[in-house]
Amino acid sequence: MINATNVHKFFYTPDRLHALRGVSLSVAPAEVVVIIGPSGSGKSTFLRCLNRLEYADEGSILIEGRDILDPDCEINEVRAEVGMVFQSFNLFPHLTVLENLTLAQTTVRKRGKAEAEKKGMELLRKVGIAEKHSVYPDQLSGGQQQRVAIARALAMDPKAMLFDEPTSALDPEMVGEVLDVMKNLAREGMTMVVVTHEMGFAREVADRVVFMDQGSILEVGSPDRFFTAPEHDRTKLFLSQIL
Amino acid sequence: MTQYRGLDKPKGRGFFLFWKAMFVAAMLALVAFFWVASSSVEYIWRWNRVPQYFWVNEAADVRAEAEGDVTIIDRQGNEQRVVVRDASGEEHPHMLPGEGTVLVSTGDFAYRGDVLGRYQLNKPGILLEGLWITLEVSVLAIIGGIVIGVVTGLCRISINPMLRWGSIAYIEIIRGSPLLVQIFLWYFVVGTLINALLEHVGLGGISPLWYGVMALALFTGAYVAEIVRAGIQSVHRGQMEAARSLGMSYAQAMRKVILPQAFRRIMPPLAGQFISLIKDSSLLGVIAIRELTKATREVVTTSLQPFELWIVCAVLYLVLTFTLSLFVQYLERRAIR
Ligand SMILES: Nc1ncnc2c1ncn2[C@@H]1O[C@H](COP(=O)(O)OP(=O)(O)OP(=O)(O)O)[C@@H](O)[C@H]1O
Ligand SMILES: [Mg+2]
Repeated sequence: MINATNVHKFFYTPDRLHALRGVSLSVAPAEVVVIIGPSGSGKSTFLRCLNRLEYADEGSILIEGRDILDPDCEINEVRAEVGMVFQSFNLFPHLTVLENLTLAQTTVRKRGKAEAEKKGMELLRKVGIAEKHSVYPDQLSGGQQQRVAIARALAMDPKAMLFDEPTSALDPEMVGEVLDVMKNLAREGMTMVVVTHEMGFAREVADRVVFMDQGSILEVGSPDRFFTAPEHDRTKLFLSQIL
Repeated sequence: MTQYRGLDKPKGRGFFLFWKAMFVAAMLALVAFFWVASSSVEYIWRWNRVPQYFWVNEAADVRAEAEGDVTIIDRQGNEQRVVVRDASGEEHPHMLPGEGTVLVSTGDFAYRGDVLGRYQLNKPGILLEGLWITLEVSVLAIIGGIVIGVVTGLCRISINPMLRWGSIAYIEIIRGSPLLVQIFLWYFVVGTLINALLEHVGLGGISPLWYGVMALALFTGAYVAEIVRAGIQSVHRGQMEAARSLGMSYAQAMRKVILPQAFRRIMPPLAGQFISLIKDSSLLGVIAIRELTKATREVVTTSLQPFELWIVCAVLYLVLTFTLSLFVQYLERRAIR
């Protein structure tokens, strides 16, 4: 499904920063991979490389066999297949909740208005905020906004979903409602790559946990092994700080 | 700022009453000042002479242009016709509007200059015509300015060097040189060339009005471009990322996500720019466009009532600009999110 091999990424603002130092990760269909690691370790950068919001400088990234680093790659087609959920929601503030869900369906998937709205309402029911379909995003709580953002990504019928700290900007009492939506998704067999600090979620849902530090993957393992018997000292230190 | 009233100690009713009263008092004082000033200058105010330049309503005569017998009096569609046949037998038709009165009958002899008929002239005066031209030129230039500005603003942030540098050069040149010079260049240099070319291929020339509109639109476009660019860049980059991550193209994301949000923010600076444009249109008089300012100048030379007319001129500009302000405020309130 997702095949990243030896991915390097540099930033030049203003001096050269080697943000990803040869990251390799394969994600199988229906697999849930959770990425954890300290701040600045390159988790977001790696995730954003996977749908080319950042262009990786070296290595190869295949999404369903399509090489997205190939300049001729139809990146918009690939992005439509890979949903993304941001820490800061990034809902479109000038559109209603339902319009947020239908915009890309009509422009990218070329669905009719009625079909897009039907799909949109279905997904809003699924994330539990169907009654808010005609309000604007700033009238929603953070948890509700993030659920709308998830529904917006799902409206494209993606084959995989990327989550970048989807609950970090939320008040504690709203974290649960968003995680519940994500757990349901995982149960339905969605392929997911999730950057999060929610260790409970990682333990319960993840098939594999990846630990990143300073631009590389230090350790990969099943949640059981990862949380009970981490190999690296750096992982142990991180877990002791966060748990 | 009004939005943050709650941040400070609440003000009592007396506070607002007092300062409202102060405002009214200040306005009255201003009016009184101008009143005193105007009555102390050596000038005879004749406001009653102004309305005739707004609307012409006076009797007009149709006079014979030839000497001879009146041979025919009849109706031609909406008009009346009086035909005078001169000594050589040539017929001279004279037309007057249907509701006018013919003062001769067939068989009468008319000398050159005799009144054949009389009618009531009822049409907009020169000031109103000037106001209309100013309005027309401004509206066209605003539309042109928006189109040019949006396109240039988008080029300004393009990664294509040709587009980016081209838009920067355009913006800097236009903003850095006097509008008057630009109008001259458009009309006398570009205009002469284009009209010569058009004549060469057998087409009529373009009227000065269109060169004026072009100069104003290009001038405003440069400012609008910078306003648009700032507006686009003020939209959080997460919006573009969210739109692109859904698979939308750059153009789709711009059109459906970024520009609608940018436009709401740039409404106030755009309004300011267009108000400037309405006033700048007064420069078009130099290329023989009889807009409001030129019309006023012409009336002043014939009427010798400069003070009244220039004040009227200013008030008319104010009416235009204030209407525009209200319209933009209305748009802003409608698009509040
Ligand atoms: N657009 C950018 N320009 C320059 N440097 C960047 C940019 N984005 C990220 N970086 C740098 O790359 C490194 C990795 O950043 P990244 O955002 O991927 O970390 P992260 O693991 O997601 O951290 P966090 O948990 O705080 O979100 C950091 O040092 C960061 O400063
Ligand atoms: Mg991050």
